[in-house]
Amino acid sequence: MSLTPDLDVIALPGPTFDVVYEGPDALKDVPTHYCPGCTHGIIHRMVAETIDELGIRGRTIGVAPVGCAVFAYKYFNLDGCEAAHGRAPAMATGIKRSLPDRIVFTYQGDGDLASIGGNEILHAALRGERITVIFVNNAIYGMTGGQLAPTSPEGMVTSSSPLGRDPMLAGYPIHMTEMLATMPGVALAVRRSMHSVAEMRKTKKAIRQAFQAQIDGLGLAIVEILSSCPTNWHLEPTAALDYIRERMVPEYPVGDFKIAAQLTNK
Amino acid sequence: MTKGTVSIQTDRCKGCGLCIQACPQHVLTLADTLNARGYHHVQLDERDGHCTGCGICAIVCPDVAFTVYREPLRRAA
Repeated sequence: MSLTPDLDVIALPGPTFDVVYEGPDALKDVPTHYCPGCTHGIIHRMVAETIDELGIRGRTIGVAPVGCAVFAYKYFNLDGCEAAHGRAPAMATGIKRSLPDRIVFTYQGDGDLASIGGNEILHAALRGERITVIFVNNAIYGMTGGQLAPTSPEGMVTSSSPLGRDPMLAGYPIHMTEMLATMPGVALAVRRSMHSVAEMRKTKKAIRQAFQAQIDGLGLAIVEILSSCPTNWHLEPTAALDYIRERMVPEYPVGDFKIAAQLTNK
Repeated sequence: MTKGTVSIQTDRCKGCGLCIQACPQHVLTLADTLNARGYHHVQLDERDGHCTGCGICAIVCPDVAFTVYREPLRRAA
C-alpha cells in the first residue's frame, strides 16, 4: 500500500503561495483504522495540533483507552501506553505522580469513561489529579457493534435496544461533565460538539485550555466532545453530524460547566 | 478574492464526503477512480480557480489528507 504524499495531483500555481495548513508533527503519517467520516480522526488531529502549538511534544504522554480509540498510541507521534478498560485515569495518575514534569492526557470514549471506568474518573477528579481528559461521547459502544451505552439518549435505537432506549428498562443517560464540574479538584469541565465547523473550532480551543490547565497545575481538565458514529448509527457521515445536532445536543447541552478563572483568556 | 489551493494525499482519503459538504466554494468532488485502499477519494475540481485556501476542508477532514496553500495578503504600498 503506497502512502506517499500525492502532491503532484494539483499543479501549484507558482512558488508565491504560502502553506497555511499542513498536518501536525504530533500525528504520525499513517492511515487510521477509523471508519470513513468518524470524528475520532478530527479529534486526534486537534489534540496533535494543540500539542504542537504548546511545544510540549517531547514531554507529553498519552494514555489510550479500550474502545474504538484503542490504537491511539499508534497514531500520536509521542510517548503513549494502553490502559485496561476504563482505567486510563488511574494509569495517568501513576504516570503524573511519578513524573510530575510530564504532560499526561487520556483519550477515552463514553463506554470506557462513563461505564466501566466511571469509578476511575470520579476518584481521579476527587483527588484533583493534574491530568487532561479528552472524553469522546458518541452515545454507543462503537467498537463492539453499537450497543446501548450509559450515554445513549432516551429513545435511541441501538443494536441492544432495538425499540429505543426505555428508561424504565435501561435507566437514564449519564451527564458526566456536569457531575465532574461539581468537584473542587476539577479545573475545567466543558462540553463541545463536532456537528459544524464553528463547533469544531470551539472544540479545538477547549482542548487547548485543557492542556493549559495541566501546564499551569490547576487540576483535572475534562473536555467532553459529542462525536459521531456513522457506521453504528447507520447514517452517512454528513447525516451523522446532523444527528449530533438534532438528537445529542438537546440531551447534552454544549457549554462551560466549570472553567478556572486563570484559563478564561487562554 | 484571495486565491488558494489544496493538495490532497489521496491515499489517505476514505471518501467520507465531510469536506465536500463543508466547502464554501463547492470545488471538491469525489473522483470516479479508486485510491489504493479502495475508496473513491476526494479531488479538487479547480477549473474556475474558485478555491480561496480557507482551510475548512482541512478542519473537517478526519484523515489529515489536506495541505492548504494561499496567496500572501497584499500589503498596502
